[in-house]
Amino acid sequence: MAVVIREVAFDPHDEERAHAATLAAGSFGATATFVGTMRDFNEGDGVTAMTLEHYPGMTERELEAVVTDALERWDVIDALIVHRVGDILPGEPIVLTAVWSAHRGAAFDACRFLMEALKSRAPFWKKETLADGSTRWVERNTPASA
Amino acid sequence: MAIKVKFFASLREQLPGTVDRVDAAGVATVADVWARATEAKTMPEHVLCSVNLEHRTADDAVADGDEVAFFPPVTGG
Repeated sequence: MAVVIREVAFDPHDEERAHAATLAAGSFGATATFVGTMRDFNEGDGVTAMTLEHYPGMTERELEAVVTDALERWDVIDALIVHRVGDILPGEPIVLTAVWSAHRGAAFDACRFLMEALKSRAPFWKKETLADGSTRWVERNTPASA
Repeated sequence: MAIKVKFFASLREQLPGTVDRVDAAGVATVADVWARATEAKTMPEHVLCSVNLEHRTADDAVADGDEVAFFPPVTGG
């Protein structure tokens, strides 16, 4: 398992490929990935930039706990979370969750779980910069069904 | 003899100049740490707490040397 906090822009597909290369070839039949990307709109307003704050130490612990939970709950071979912090621009990836398993069901389910669990547990906070230069903290995440 | 205190995100901006450690004497719970660090301000609704990097509630116990943090609902991902 791996949990990575990135302070600069990352390519989620490079991250997924690099991690897959550490796994035994032929050991998995399914790879599920989710990539969260920064939007240029939120709650009806244009957003030009975002700053992601985190709690160093606790954030990594929570992400590791989320991955451990997934590995215990589903029959998966490995999982990876990469999450950005710092100043982010629209179009840049914010988060990658990736799961490798023998079959697709566990990969899909565990990948969804990683995202929902990290959004509710891991200490990250988003501050948006709007088109007029003002800033505001995002007060809550959108529900999973949105 | 002290407890380390941290505030994050909007909560840190709402509480400028708040101390980063409090005397552990007479402090039993997370709520006591809040009261001492903020000069007994009312804790806003929805504030989350941690002790030594693990989620906790305001009623949980703290001890000398602990690190206690307060923060708004998390919005990562």
